[in-house]
Amino acid sequence: MADIPEHILRRSAEARAKAEGRSVEEVLAELKGEQPAPPAESPVASSQSPEPAAPSGEASKIPEALLRRTAEARAKKEGRSVDEVMAELTGQAPAAPAAAAPAPAAAAAPAASGPVRDLDAEAEKYGVPSDLLQRAMIARARKDGKPIPQIAGQAAPPPAAAAPAAAAAAAPAVAAVPEGVRTQRLLTVVKAGAIQQVKAEPTDKVNVWPHLLAIEFVALMACTAFLIVFSTFVDAPLLEFANFNEQPNPSKAPWYFLGLQELLSYFDPQVAGVLLPGFGLGGLAIIPYIDRNPSVRPSDRKLAIMIFTFFVMSAGILTIFGSFFRGPGFNFTFPWVDGLFFDF
Amino acid sequence: MANGNGNGVGQRLAESVERVRSSQAWSSIFRPGSPFRAGYSDSPRNRSYVIMNNVLYHLHPVKVKRHGVRLSYTLCLGGLSFFLFILLTITGIFLMFYYRPTSPQAYQDIAALATDVAFGQLIRNMHRWGAHAMVLTVFLHMARVFYHGAYKPPREFNWVVGIILLLLTLLLSFTGYLLPWDQLALWAVTVGSNMGAYSPVIGDQVSFALIGGVQITADTLLRWYVLHVLFLPFIIVVFMAVHFWRVRKDGGISGPL
Ligand code: HEM
Repeated sequence: MADIPEHILRRSAEARAKAEGRSVEEVLAELKGEQPAPPAESPVASSQSPEPAAPSGEASKIPEALLRRTAEARAKKEGRSVDEVMAELTGQAPAAPAAAAPAPAAAAAPAASGPVRDLDAEAEKYGVPSDLLQRAMIARARKDGKPIPQIAGQAAPPPAAAAPAAAAAAAPAVAAVPEGVRTQRLLTVVKAGAIQQVKAEPTDKVNVWPHLLAIEFVALMACTAFLIVFSTFVDAPLLEFANFNEQPNPSKAPWYFLGLQELLSYFDPQVAGVLLPGFGLGGLAIIPYIDRNPSVRPSDRKLAIMIFTFFVMSAGILTIFGSFFRGPGFNFTFPWVDGLFFDF
Repeated sequence: MANGNGNGVGQRLAESVERVRSSQAWSSIFRPGSPFRAGYSDSPRNRSYVIMNNVLYHLHPVKVKRHGVRLSYTLCLGGLSFFLFILLTITGIFLMFYYRPTSPQAYQDIAALATDVAFGQLIRNMHRWGAHAMVLTVFLHMARVFYHGAYKPPREFNWVVGIILLLLTLLLSFTGYLLPWDQLALWAVTVGSNMGAYSPVIGDQVSFALIGGVQITADTLLRWYVLHVLFLPFIIVVFMAVHFWRVRKDGGISGPL
């Protein structure tokens, strides 16, 4: 605790004092470990789960079903009967002495009887921060079911304060700062893996910078350069002023609609001008929902490729036809005989 | 130079560049990891930061599949469509400074670009050829996506977004086609929009809404101008945002085959 700045401690103390109706000095002294905490208050432990220490008003707000689930889980873990744990959780029965501070604290309670280790010396020796050593030590002790070694130079914590100490040790060092009046209740336990599955398959990846950005930059420059050069030499067309009384012959739509205009000379305008393009776009849009073949290998997709290619080629041929092989009256011409009737 | 002044100047230049690069203003603009910041070094960590701490992170992840950056996979066609769109926006804003969507001013303004405006003709050419090129690249992009089967799950919806982009691209190009208000514009658009009038049942209404009357007039010019410079670009930007976002959310570029 010694390394928590005074003003932060004071802030916590003030908040807690206000919440608990005690004096700031008293709480501060307790936080600094100068004075044992009053037995009933084991702040950290009580703030993390519905412990017996929590005010019973608090506990009774937790739905029965959740409490029971918690109790079952804990009973199973600790080898006790569900009813016993349940009673303890709802605050109806005093907690058994050994479980004064259940869960993490249960393991920590016998702390006083463990061997003594000098963490500061070990930290010096191994070059590992002592709070990490302490964490590892507690975790190992708990795993092996052995008493947690006592730390040299640190007074054996009074039994009730063992709870916060253990909980603090289990959490990162900072969590040792009591968090004022904030309490958290256990709502439910969600099994891991139910919501999202994260599968990281190893793939061969490269950094976007510089590999992709360099290519994109070059592409942008090349595209711009090409456009500037092309525009320097080829002017956009500008014919005479729009004249409603003089329709040029032939009148052609922009090139990307010339396939459709070409269709107009074969079909009824309703078919060629509306239905076919409508079906065309709609058909394109639903391709992914029709083609259910999951493979992307060209050899597995011969039919899909054939059909798509057929339509693309048809559109291309119709467009070329409408553009270059249609003259006055939209009649068939050869561009090398009658010249071009086409403008961009 | 005997006294080594030449070196001194170079050194002083390098120093002042370094001073500017470590100034507060400079480092407030270029976030940590930017290659423009003082002390940038090429490391895997910094390469990640270049993207992660950059507005580009909205477009690109930190890493992409190696085959995705091969030019031969995407042919950069989607990217080129986007670049062309940006060029069209820039040149289009320039053109807006000189263009009034009324008759006969529209035609005169376009004609004046060639004679009265510095680089006017060049910018107009770029806008026009860029527009045609964009129709082409968008179409080719679609074809490339098809042949790669890149529309298959989970990318089905992005294909649909793509079709909407294709339609919007065509509409942008078509509405722009009328704006020079010359014989080519007028009659090409007449032919094109006559097709809309053949829509079953609501043909007349469609045509009326499209050209703002029963036939093309100066009202049509204004209407299509607004569509061309405001409405359609706005819509296409929204769909492009969705499109790019989905490319990433669908697991980046598809493939390899
Ligand atoms: C304004 C038009 C469009 C722009 C600016 C655009 C832009 C892009 C870009 C930058 C990419 C990244 C990969 C690449 O460059 O190929 C991409 C991917 C994609 N685009 Fe487009 N696109 C447009 C239109 C379309 C169209 C018309 C379609 C299809 C109908 C389409 C479907 C897709 C799909 C499915 C992907 C994912 C491809 C993959 O993962 O390999 N996009 N688009």
